[in-house]
Amino acid sequence: MSAETPSKLQRMIKAGHLAVTSEVGPPRSADGAVIERKAELIKDYVDAINVTDNQTSVCRLCSLAACIRIKQMGLEPVLQMVTRDRNRIALQSDILGAASFGINNILCLTGDHQHFGDHATCANVFDLDSTQLAMTVRMMRDEGKLLGGFEFEVRPQMFIGAAANPFAGPNVDIRVARLAKKVAAGVQFVQTQCIYNMDTFKTFMKMVVDRGLHEKVAVLAGITPMKNVGMAKYMKNRVPGIDVPDEIVKRMGGVPKEKQAEEGINLAIEQMEELKGVEGVRGFHIMAIEWEEKVPEIVKRVGLYPRPQLAA
Amino acid sequence: MIKAKPKPMEEIIDNVKGFSKLLIAGCDGCVTVCEAGGLKEAKVLAAALRLYFTQGGKQAQVDETSLTRQCEKEYLAQLSDRIDNYDAVVSLACGCGIQYLAEMYDKKVVFPGVDTCFLGVNEERGLYSERCQACGRCILAETGGICPIARCSKRMLNGPCGGSEGGKCEVNKDIPCGWELIYERLKTLGQLERFETPTVPKDWTTSRDGGPRKIVREDLRI
Repeated sequence: MSAETPSKLQRMIKAGHLAVTSEVGPPRSADGAVIERKAELIKDYVDAINVTDNQTSVCRLCSLAACIRIKQMGLEPVLQMVTRDRNRIALQSDILGAASFGINNILCLTGDHQHFGDHATCANVFDLDSTQLAMTVRMMRDEGKLLGGFEFEVRPQMFIGAAANPFAGPNVDIRVARLAKKVAAGVQFVQTQCIYNMDTFKTFMKMVVDRGLHEKVAVLAGITPMKNVGMAKYMKNRVPGIDVPDEIVKRMGGVPKEKQAEEGINLAIEQMEELKGVEGVRGFHIMAIEWEEKVPEIVKRVGLYPRPQLAA
Repeated sequence: MIKAKPKPMEEIIDNVKGFSKLLIAGCDGCVTVCEAGGLKEAKVLAAALRLYFTQGGKQAQVDETSLTRQCEKEYLAQLSDRIDNYDAVVSLACGCGIQYLAEMYDKKVVFPGVDTCFLGVNEERGLYSERCQACGRCILAETGGICPIARCSKRMLNGPCGGSEGGKCEVNKDIPCGWELIYERLKTLGQLERFETPTVPKDWTTSRDGGPRKIVREDLRI
């Protein structure tokens, strides 16, 4: 976490508080008010708000514009940026644009393949990958330089983040090695894939701590509350890179339908309580997919509300 | 080698139905190996087209031949004394051969008879898979002899992404995760340190992105 930026998220982590972030998914229309409504719901319960970038390759209102909107509400956005749709010129250009509005957090992602989305026949770009995007942001911030070599004065002050997925294949070792690679590329915080398999996650974290990576990168544990057993089954069977153990599907299915949402929230809270004690976990990233209104309840019940106030 | 597959019959018929003197020109190179456009396939296509015209009650001449290689002028010249006997040619060569034939006989209508797919290997008869995207700057020394550009759906240079599962790609469970293959191979070779070293953004100018490419070998030119 070497380089210091004005990022509120970075300062919160540095102050030793468990950070809380959540996300807002932009609409599939030009209705910017949707972003404001969603941000309003969660703003007092989180330190920063991620805005997804055409997630699952479905075309939406752009992350950058939504982040500017959130910034103008006086809140702290995390600009998610995927390399699928833009080459290095467009990516760097958007980073400069974001920084010009005082956006101080970026999440560097490769992005889902367009095969999953609503434009499956499109061309992809993948000029860079997520690791290379992080290297690029670091170069722009620390050296005031673009990939093309041009040097400039006013640098983007970005706290650099990425994703980490302890549950993707083929084993936890490769996932720790890849995190190490991202750290070497300049990544300062990671938000993990939604955690359901606690054993795997703890194995991952132990390896992270044993290597001392936790001192270089803040791990925010990814939490997605399940709405019902259908969602649990869908996540288990259909979503690449998500590991939902059978007992969770069983537990969600073991309560009557009208109680399943509540059970999903209970489960998320139990997980968070347990994760608080895992060495190296520096906070939570709550991805309540189209369920933003539940974020306040989760944060309150897990004892992370009110959010600590930082000196200006 | 270049891998191709035969075009659907309906598409070929749609292209040639207005012509009455056709030459089907196979190629003895790559397309013969993958059984998409050699002499054998030229004969089969010619017979099918003759049948199509006969059944439609139309008089048409459909002949077949195959050239040693359609990507070389010397071999294309083999057609020079007979090409004027035909209104159109269906070339079963790869995209290179088809274009070079059209370039050499610039007044002749030339149609493609195959879809050229990729640079690949013969896993088994009838099973070909991609290995190289001809990026023009080979990185196989760093990646355990397995190419992430050809074998990762996102052509990541620092993979695997978070969507790989059970060694398979998120795009399709039939696609092995290229980066898992690389990781395992590097492990076997005792070169895992390569895996943790971030690979810097690639110079794509030698790939398709740099525009149409050319190799000039002064040492070979007379």
